[in-house]
Amino acid sequence: MKDVVEHIARSLVTQPDEVQVTASENDKLVNLELRTASEDMGKVIGKQGRIAKAIRTVLKAVATKEGKKANLDIM
Amino acid sequence: MKTVEMSAKTVDAAIELALAELNAGLDQVEYEILENGSKGILGLGAKDARVRVTFNEGPEQRAIEFLQPIFKKLNVNPEYIAIEREGALWISFSGQNLGAIIGRRGETLDALQYLTNLAVNRQYDDKTRIILDVEGYRQTREDTLAGLARKMADKARKSGRDVVLEPMSPHERRIIHMTLQEERGIRTYSQGEEPYRKVVITKKGVNRDN
Repeated sequence: MKDVVEHIARSLVTQPDEVQVTASENDKLVNLELRTASEDMGKVIGKQGRIAKAIRTVLKAVATKEGKKANLDIM
Repeated sequence: MKTVEMSAKTVDAAIELALAELNAGLDQVEYEILENGSKGILGLGAKDARVRVTFNEGPEQRAIEFLQPIFKKLNVNPEYIAIEREGALWISFSGQNLGAIIGRRGETLDALQYLTNLAVNRQYDDKTRIILDVEGYRQTREDTLAGLARKMADKARKSGRDVVLEPMSPHERRIIHMTLQEERGIRTYSQGEEPYRKVVITKKGVNRDN
């Protein structure tokens, strides 16, 4: 799940090397934290959070496949 | 942008190898000759030719490169065809168990489509609009929406009351507006803010102050 968020974020930002995702899992819930270069924040959030919402939707599909739930915070 | 370097006895042979590696045709690449190669004298001092070949990826390749790792995580491995239609690039997938990339009411497919457009057009000025489809899902959905639109138009006409449809994406609202453009006795407009914007069907000539 971490890989998917990393891959998507790196495909959207101008500084892919600055993308960092950390994951912690307890029980069936995976908490992911996404960090980017500060000027790239808008590229993963979007107007009214539209990009963030799309990333979460894809993440949800992947999590469901693995029988888990995922939560994504953009820091 | 993918680049490979290849060596072979001749320049042509090296390019050939690179094309096979990139899975590309000669018209999709640019190459640079790094070393011309020489036969040497009686096989002594022979040197291989060396080329650097760069694949000029089109939007289609960039889209697939973006989607492939996600598909892998979703455990699907669909085939695809890409065609240009109405100024957009339609990429249609087919294969087994593709429900995972459609999602409830197409929400996963819409999210993937949105992200693919952003990823593919990130560093390019000429934006290509990309539409993702799975085994005719979008066409079926369009037919369903058009049917719903006509039914609701009837209802608005007969009852004289506004019919407010559920929130839809801009693309879906467009289908409703287009379908009802020619219908008599009613008109359509959208209200509300994204992502909750809805189409309203209203009877023409109704005094709205009443």
